[in-house]
Amino acid sequence: MYGLGVLKGMGVTLKHFMDTYIEDIQFLGKGKKTDAAFQIRQGSRARSLGLFTVEYPEEKIAVPERFRFIPFLVTNNLDDEENPGKDWCTSCGICPKVCPPQCIWIVRGTDPETGRPKPEPEEFHIDIDLCMNCGLCAEFCPFDAIKMDHDYELASYDRSGHHIFDKQRLSKEFRYWRSIAPTISAEEAEARGGWEHKDTLKEKAKAARAAKPTQESAES
Amino acid sequence: MTHDDRGLKGLNNPDYPIPEELQSTIAVTSLDRIYNWTRAKSMWPLLFGLACCAIEMIATAASRYDLSRFGMEVMRASPRQADLLIVSGTVTKKMIVPIVRIYNQMPEPKYVLAMGACASGGGPFKEGYNVVSGIDTFIPVDVYVPGCPPTPQALMHGFLTLQKKIESQSLRTVPWYRSGESEAIPVPILGPDIIDPRQADLIRRHAEQAAASRDTTTPAPTEA
Amino acid sequence: MAEKPVAEQAGVAAPDPVAEILAALSEQYPDAVQADTRKGYSGIVVRPEKLVEVATALRDQLGYDYLSSATAVDYLGKGDHLEMVYHVYRIRQGGPALVFKALTPRVSATLPSLISVWPGADLQEREAYDLMGIRFEGHPNLKRILLWEGFNGHPLRKDWKEAYYEQDQKPFDSRWPGGKVHRAEENNPYGRNVSYPDDFTLEGYTPPDENSIYAGLGMGVSMQELASPGLETERLIVNLGPHHPSTHGVFRMIVTLNGETIESLEPVMGYLHRNHEKIGERNTFIQNMPFTDRLDYISSMSNNFGYAMAVEKLLALGARYQPPPYRAEVIRVLMAEFTRVVNHLWAIGFLLNDLGAFFTPALYAIGERELILDFFEATAGSRLMCNYMRFGGVFKDLPERIQGIPLLTNDRVRNEPTMDFLDSLINERLPRAVDELDRYLTKSEIMITRCEGVGVLPPEMAIAYSTAGPVLRASGVPYDIRRSDPYSIYPELDFDVAVRYNGDIYDRYLIRLDEIRQSIRILKQLLPRLRETEGQPIISGTKAYSPRVPEGEAYGRVENPKGELGFYVISDGGQNAWRYHVRAPSYINLTALSEMCKGHKIADVVAVLGSIDIVLGETDR
Repeated sequence: MYGLGVLKGMGVTLKHFMDTYIEDIQFLGKGKKTDAAFQIRQGSRARSLGLFTVEYPEEKIAVPERFRFIPFLVTNNLDDEENPGKDWCTSCGICPKVCPPQCIWIVRGTDPETGRPKPEPEEFHIDIDLCMNCGLCAEFCPFDAIKMDHDYELASYDRSGHHIFDKQRLSKEFRYWRSIAPTISAEEAEARGGWEHKDTLKEKAKAARAAKPTQESAES
Repeated sequence: MTHDDRGLKGLNNPDYPIPEELQSTIAVTSLDRIYNWTRAKSMWPLLFGLACCAIEMIATAASRYDLSRFGMEVMRASPRQADLLIVSGTVTKKMIVPIVRIYNQMPEPKYVLAMGACASGGGPFKEGYNVVSGIDTFIPVDVYVPGCPPTPQALMHGFLTLQKKIESQSLRTVPWYRSGESEAIPVPILGPDIIDPRQADLIRRHAEQAAASRDTTTPAPTEA
Repeated sequence: MAEKPVAEQAGVAAPDPVAEILAALSEQYPDAVQADTRKGYSGIVVRPEKLVEVATALRDQLGYDYLSSATAVDYLGKGDHLEMVYHVYRIRQGGPALVFKALTPRVSATLPSLISVWPGADLQEREAYDLMGIRFEGHPNLKRILLWEGFNGHPLRKDWKEAYYEQDQKPFDSRWPGGKVHRAEENNPYGRNVSYPDDFTLEGYTPPDENSIYAGLGMGVSMQELASPGLETERLIVNLGPHHPSTHGVFRMIVTLNGETIESLEPVMGYLHRNHEKIGERNTFIQNMPFTDRLDYISSMSNNFGYAMAVEKLLALGARYQPPPYRAEVIRVLMAEFTRVVNHLWAIGFLLNDLGAFFTPALYAIGERELILDFFEATAGSRLMCNYMRFGGVFKDLPERIQGIPLLTNDRVRNEPTMDFLDSLINERLPRAVDELDRYLTKSEIMITRCEGVGVLPPEMAIAYSTAGPVLRASGVPYDIRRSDPYSIYPELDFDVAVRYNGDIYDRYLIRLDEIRQSIRILKQLLPRLRETEGQPIISGTKAYSPRVPEGEAYGRVENPKGELGFYVISDGGQNAWRYHVRAPSYINLTALSEMCKGHKIADVVAVLGSIDIVLGETDR
């Protein structure tokens, strides 16, 4: 019969329409906005696409650990005992070299007395109007000092003053990186041999060896 | 409506407190406020995709993120019916000509949202010979959404930022209710490179300088 | 199947055809052909005067009936000539490409056009003319294609510098160690990305007439001639695009109508030409990887795949190359097939959009896509721009869990083991979604009426016009690179090459459904392989941020969802590509658009275009 195909198709539409209500009933009394309900609605086990909508901004999908959005610089925690807030970056220059759109600018620090380069950046800039969020800088940083951020809510009214991030704007505590990427940061710490910066760990190991092999430095 | 901004509550002027039980039915407000409220809550974006970001814009309009929650689901294909231009992607020199025309055709009040790094400032392709370094070199932009591409949630944050901007405007100061016609933006010309008619003087001065320096030095071989 | 070294696959490909073909050709054309003996190069160099004859012989006598890629290379400082490189295939037998080249001097570069032999050379020769400045004698419509008439110079030539030119190769010295931040426009006298010839002013300048574009389209014909005895029709030209809701981006078609019937159609592109190749030649090899994401931005994973394969072919010329480990190949194929599902769902949804069923079918089609993107996001870090493959493997292994980490206010968390997620996605949700689409659309009378018999592309024409992918296979040509010139672990996977025979819009829709089903079949076979290889390495060798790549040329091609995606890469032994060309299926498939639309109504144009499934990022590059 002519038209049957269209009718069948409309049946699919009707099913989608009904599904929403059927799934509503599923969450009756429990509420569909709870975390458990969210997990079911957005997970792979949902029966249909009935209640699929994420009601931003009342609910937002938390992004996964590997999510990439504009890099940031890792620094020591501000309550670190020895070097609070010290940059992890040693200005080795790998990130500006690997950056595809060349959006990273680093001024390498120099020691005011000797005039020799010292392993920390004097200035560090990222033009986020160039950045393509590819994550290569974070991937190839040998010091785990530059990481990709998860905060995507950056809309602004003006770009001239706001879209070149300087060192202050880029720097975030190590604690923050641990909180947004618990597994990755743990893996990296394991590879480094401790939670601190590679160089700090090296120095500590050196000091420990010099002081007499007594105890491994305790992990924080 | 759980969000405070959305119901009548958002409309009410906090200087005139209304009893709790009447808050869902009555609001005391100003003309500015009600004008902005209606405008912000029913933007009609232009159905206009440029590049990668357009895919995320479509994903935002689709069922998971659902633009209709912002009153924005009516994407109009004609600039004459739209009041929000989402520049979603790399703006090339060849494309800037139609974009400026489209912008000129949009009736006021109109807003522009630059989505992603390319539309904001050129993006990863900025160094290319056919890429415009940011749409704001040609048309005014209200909100910039960084990212490459911004995720749908980032774009929606941009919409909320735009709504905030609209809500802070006043009928007395917005440009589109002044007397007289507002000026159209001159349409760029595709010459040996893109030409902004507003830069005509600058271009002439540079040509004169080049000629002057050529006269003083030995004539340099021109490029083929 | 626990340990299957990938090196074995080298045996799959047929032996290099060059010697055999060269012998056959040099009998006929003793002076016209010789082998390309440069280090790392292969193929045949043909004297330009004999190019058309040799090409005809290749097509008619030796069976190379399909021109895949034609591109130009500028060897400034390396012989100072321009070179046109052609890749041709035998479409019925399959097998690797035969490469032949023709040289021309850089000044007044001219070569004969091969459009008479392979009509598929049309757009590619225009591109070479536009970007490299080679004139093709005998080309009927040699105009600029990606840029505009009047543009100053041919930008892909090595001595052409753009306004923001900083250095020949990345990384730029200005970034480190004394990296004072600046915006590129600050160094430009106009504060923009522009440069003009020295004496250029606007006074007295008349830009090339927009009307020149319409010349030769049949306007100005006397009306009496056209007047038909029946209905009186008028001839007019309609511009579709660049801003049009159904052109899938910023594509423009100039259509000549007689009444409502299409007489001719000319695609105009370049509205998203963002200089991918020029930038790609400045980038180091690894830096190109995220740029390939932005070619066909719906299928970034398979773009990565193709580029990684091309560079791996070059790396294999060196001594210390190790092929990607088995698990890496499994993951690559997993990603490529997921991408195919995503792309075809998208294509079907938006074909329906073009047919006038605005958005509801698209909504249903791209719903499941979100879940696949969730998986990409959790694995690679981004929904669209995955940047996931590396030379010799992939970026990272699959995560243990698909898990969100709360950070912003109101962040809600999903948390599932990855393998469970994949299980239910591949075994339940995707099959269900395809079946639903099938039920929803396939039998719909409206769909059938609009699509059946419209935009027919006969098989001979599909081959001649160099179409690829679903467009080619819907015309009854069972050509799929995964089978014809296999790569990665496809030889051990069980799947059918989907073919349909009518070559109309409806078949191009059906074939996409078929291909999704085949992809799901492949995905199902990958799940056990993923489980078995758990914990095995995902990348071979050491990861270097700027690997040096041995001298030579390579052409890596994959069966992208839209057709053959090829990367022609030339290395001069450094960290940057000397030439980086993308054989974009969306671009070359458009060669046939005009033929497919002729004689149909104006309303069918968008449907035909939708059924080709183009993405402008790749078309214009």
